[in-house]
Amino acid sequence: MKIFVCIKHVPDTAANIKLVGDNGFEDSECKFIVNPYDEYGLEEAVSLVEKEGGEVVVVTVGKGAATATLRSAMAMGAARAIHVQTQGQFLDSTLTAKALKAAMDQDGAADLIFTGKGSVDTEGAQTQYRLAAAMGLPVVNEVSRLTIDGQKATMEKEIGGGEREVLEMPLPGIIGATKGLNEPRYPKFPDIMKAKKKKIQEMAIGDLGIDENAGASQLVKLEAVPERSGAKMLEGSVQEQVAQLIKVLREDEKII
Amino acid sequence: MTRTGVLIETGEGKIKETNFGVLTAARGKGGDNEVYALLIDGDAEALKAELCKFGVQKVIAVSLASGDLAASPEAQAGAIAAAAKEYDLKAVMGLASTIGRDLFARMAASLDLPLISDCISVDIDEKSGVKSHFSGKTFATVKVDADLMLCTVRPNAIEAVEAPVDGEVLSFSATVADGAGVKIIERKKGDGGKIDLTEAPVILTGGRAIKSAENFTMLEECAALLGAAVGASRAAVDAGYAPHAMQVGQTGKTVGPKLYLACGVSGAVQHFAGMKTSKVIVGINTDKDAPIFAKSDYGIIGDIFEVIPALTEALK
Ligand SMILES: Cc1cc2nc3c(=O)[nH]c(=O)nc-3n(C[C@H](O)[C@H](O)[C@H](O)COP(=O)(O)OP(=O)(O)OC[C@H]3O[C@@H](n4cnc5c(N)ncnc54)[C@H](O)[C@@H]3O)c2cc1C
Repeated sequence: MKIFVCIKHVPDTAANIKLVGDNGFEDSECKFIVNPYDEYGLEEAVSLVEKEGGEVVVVTVGKGAATATLRSAMAMGAARAIHVQTQGQFLDSTLTAKALKAAMDQDGAADLIFTGKGSVDTEGAQTQYRLAAAMGLPVVNEVSRLTIDGQKATMEKEIGGGEREVLEMPLPGIIGATKGLNEPRYPKFPDIMKAKKKKIQEMAIGDLGIDENAGASQLVKLEAVPERSGAKMLEGSVQEQVAQLIKVLREDEKII
Repeated sequence: MTRTGVLIETGEGKIKETNFGVLTAARGKGGDNEVYALLIDGDAEALKAELCKFGVQKVIAVSLASGDLAASPEAQAGAIAAAAKEYDLKAVMGLASTIGRDLFARMAASLDLPLISDCISVDIDEKSGVKSHFSGKTFATVKVDADLMLCTVRPNAIEAVEAPVDGEVLSFSATVADGAGVKIIERKKGDGGKIDLTEAPVILTGGRAIKSAENFTMLEECAALLGAAVGASRAAVDAGYAPHAMQVGQTGKTVGPKLYLACGVSGAVQHFAGMKTSKVIVGINTDKDAPIFAKSDYGIIGDIFEVIPALTEALK
């Protein structure tokens, strides 16, 4: 079984994002990680291959620094990596999907493709759908349970209010993973050392015939979310504080 | 004036409240957009009156010429896209709910059009939307270049304002190409709260301080009086006090209710990543130095086992 896992090189969720200019941020100052949702896809792929044999190949579209992120992914068990290199962090999802497809096409078809349910930097959650459309494959996103039975995948996703939807699709197909699917492993020291020797195939996005700046969506502004300046602390006994709270919520905020 | 479609989501035959904010946004800045409500389930005639209250001029009952619409997300996305073409819509928007996120991404991918997901505000004239980037740390303004603007809106992000008009119901039977074979085979009732967290107007969240699964009933009792859903922090989920379906934050649900009451939650960045865009945040914590207070609108220094019962009592 050959499985591609698409991973994204993203700032750590705990990192401070220092904004630069109208729509940029200082990426040399923050720690980057494998997009957390992609780790669920990666873990699933690695454990499938451990059971059934085969190979996990991680693919990323991102800046040169994404090499480190690919090494982390290989430490979790991927055999090798493909890196489509870009100049910028923000790429239109249509272009990312095109680049992923081109990278996979030149490597040869897989039986299954995993992505995360979305990335924690741009929070778009569309690339997997665009990749599916470009490749003519079925896709199900936000998968938290998976069973593979021959050429068929059965999946579950939460649809709110605690309800779950059970879906089926023929394989090959694309699965957008989320929490619940598994517990991603922590690589051990020997895995990290081994990953340093694994192969990364590099290619520039331009060499795939894709113009990085040709997207139909444009990030025009990036601004810090206004921080609250600190809570107005309510005072008095428990009963008094509760009464004040109800009063402000009713009269000032008009929300209850 | 832009002719704008809104995908309406129903639950148990009723229109979900959160749709009304989307309809309000669809009317545009000048309020003069022509609004088409697209229904892929539910009884259009029965739902018309409520939709027209929010400015809907045409209610389109979308069906499939052949095949089972309810079982195929691919057919649903195809049918909405076909309706957009049929009625010459210039923008189609919907909720960034589990269903909306999926259908809009399918539609955008198959039409090869850009999509702005999970907007907290939308400018149809400018074809732009403001959305969260970096787990709620920044707002990004994204502008698209397309004849048909597609976007989803975070539930509760835009306040619903009525604008009654007379409207009519039209039926549209869509012919869609075969999809790649994704089928919904079952819907299971689960173990989460009854009100969908991501769509609840008010949320009460229990943190590690809640100490047990049983103690969540204290929050549920209070939530019932507020029409609220109950959420949990990751610490509470990891400790086994609540199912993951209730988790708010980075690795849980992203919510933006009108009121968020954090009960015994310390206020970690990863928790805030999921609830920072709430209109009003109230922190209840025994520790006066808890980080939650620096990032909330109102704070109560106190024990949740005293404050919540008192709040429940006062609301009764
Ligand atoms: C990659 C990653 C992803 C994460 N994703 C999430 C996520 O999705 N959601 C999430 O919530 N966290 C997430 N976390 C974890 C997060 O960092 C915090 O550990 C977690 O939010 C803490 O939960 P808590 O506030 O309930 O617990 P604690 O931090 O232990 O806080 C408990 C609070 O309760 C107060 N308290 C104790 N007793 C009482 C009482 N009787 N009455 C009132 N107050 C009391 C204490 O003073 C304390 O402030 C993530 C972490 C990482 C690294």
